[in-house]
Amino acid sequence: MFSDIIGFETKQFKRIKKIINDIDISYNETDRLQIVKFLNFDVDIEKLALRSKELTDYFFGKTILLYTPLYISNYCINGCLYCGFSALNKIKRKKLSLNDVKKEIISIKEKGFDTILILTGEDRRNSSLEYILKVIEIAKKYFSEILIEIYPLEEYEYRKLVNNGITGVTLYQETYDKKFYDRIHKFGPKKNFNYRLDAVERAINAGVKEVNIGPLLGLNKNYDFDVYMTVIHGQYIQNNYPEVELAISYPRIQSSVSKIKTYPVKDIDFAKIIFITRLFLNRVGINISTREPQYMRDNLIGLGITKMSAEAKTTVGGHAKNFYDAKQFEINDNRNLVDIIKVLKLKNYRPEFTNWVKI
Amino acid sequence: MNKYFEIAGKKLKSRLFIGTGKLPTYKIIPNIVKQSGVQVLTVAVRRINPKTKIENVLDYIPKDIIIMVNTSGARNANEAVRIAEIGAELTNSNWIKIEIEADTRYLVPDNEETVKATKELVRKGFKVFPYITPDLITAKKLVDAGAVSVMPLGSFIGTNKGITARSLIEPMIKEINVPIIIDAGIGRPSHAADAMEMGAQAVLVNTSIAISKDPVKMSVAMSKAVIAGRIAYEIGILKEKEFAMPSSPLTNFLR
Repeated sequence: MFSDIIGFETKQFKRIKKIINDIDISYNETDRLQIVKFLNFDVDIEKLALRSKELTDYFFGKTILLYTPLYISNYCINGCLYCGFSALNKIKRKKLSLNDVKKEIISIKEKGFDTILILTGEDRRNSSLEYILKVIEIAKKYFSEILIEIYPLEEYEYRKLVNNGITGVTLYQETYDKKFYDRIHKFGPKKNFNYRLDAVERAINAGVKEVNIGPLLGLNKNYDFDVYMTVIHGQYIQNNYPEVELAISYPRIQSSVSKIKTYPVKDIDFAKIIFITRLFLNRVGINISTREPQYMRDNLIGLGITKMSAEAKTTVGGHAKNFYDAKQFEINDNRNLVDIIKVLKLKNYRPEFTNWVKI
Repeated sequence: MNKYFEIAGKKLKSRLFIGTGKLPTYKIIPNIVKQSGVQVLTVAVRRINPKTKIENVLDYIPKDIIIMVNTSGARNANEAVRIAEIGAELTNSNWIKIEIEADTRYLVPDNEETVKATKELVRKGFKVFPYITPDLITAKKLVDAGAVSVMPLGSFIGTNKGITARSLIEPMIKEINVPIIIDAGIGRPSHAADAMEMGAQAVLVNTSIAISKDPVKMSVAMSKAVIAGRIAYEIGILKEKEFAMPSSPLTNFLR
């Protein structure tokens, strides 16, 4: 009978009223409450997946963008407790000569890629902006789209890169928990949380067409906070810089390279995170790397992701020949581009190789 | 139904234009063309992929098809002009759909920049098809600038909602003396028929064909709906009435 639960419902009403009095309900709070709710409660994952699929098909069609990363240097002066390239690790350091860069790039090009992501560790002496500019100079002869994942820069520096032909900047905040961030970054310029956080906006102001943000899942004990902040950060970028294309990645940490305890995010939670992101950021690009195993990558095609890396090597170089063994993380999907394209076609999706034309 | 309609100096049979974005594979393009009778396909320059040999859309477009190059990805007039030039070079077509979207959340066209780009591209000798948020004044400026058509959105792109911007498009059809092509929002054949019944000269459809379970069949459905709507428009469509009207008048006995 209703009389059995009226007491409970009364209490619920009072609690809800207290919550809405405590937070600023005037500014789109329903979204925020929903995100937290979806992240923390058991949801019908099938329903979420369906909705995510529907939205992704509408906004992106039956297409997946394929790209590959190229590590040009693993020199790094940051003391990040979770990273294979951390200055804390005694690994053989290497930076590609421009000649080697060219070999790598030609080898990547021959495979069929037209979008390349250029990565370096943070070390302005061994991997200077001038060096990176020279690499871009070579890359732009071969690729329609050049993205970079390097240390955060000043706006005028980003402008130099934009004028030289980059279209996008990838910069992961790793965690949005400022105190925790400080604890896991022992030393180095990366310790400056705000400088890194605001770098994507400096890049946007410098004229990049797309930015890619994301947390490193599994670092923070409670992934819900980092996912929540990523979505809010994404909404903030879309609202303030509507001309920019936004993409999000959710790399999952690999405990084997981490020096601190990690909190692996389960497959089902990882999928849920992607679906939730699609729900609250309908048009955002969602990226899945080769960190993820084949079965996750293949099964998530069509359910929310829009970009996949392929034939990644997380060693410096490694496309033309294997140079050195130190890896930033392990690759869990070693298939070549041809095989990835086969899977896409099997799933009735069409591979795309670039998102922009050079003008 | 008139057998042909004229646009940009060409006589076309089919009033259905189809976009190639979002398609699951380009291999079905020849079949779409064959089954639906479509004569104009739009291609985004940023999807042409001149630098890679895999999945180049141009390899799949039959020779007799008119390619309409679109400038999606452009954020202002300058970029649109540049993209159009690149597209024209790659496709050998001078039909340009100007698409300038500066807001990735809604993908609404920037009408002001579109007018600027139209002027510039007309000057350079292109056949310009500007895609705009429906607005009569902008449409007039575009015609003055030399646009060969005006393409208002029926609804936000990709939403399949039909012609929700109806009351803004109607005066354009009435007042503008170049063909009006309704672009975006056509989610089902009845929407395409609706556009034709309103008097639009053609429709451009992408999402609802591309992501349907069978794009080829859906293109046929759209094509038939376009024909049905156009025939009805040319005959003249009866007005809707507020009250039931008996087929046999009640007051005959008074005459």
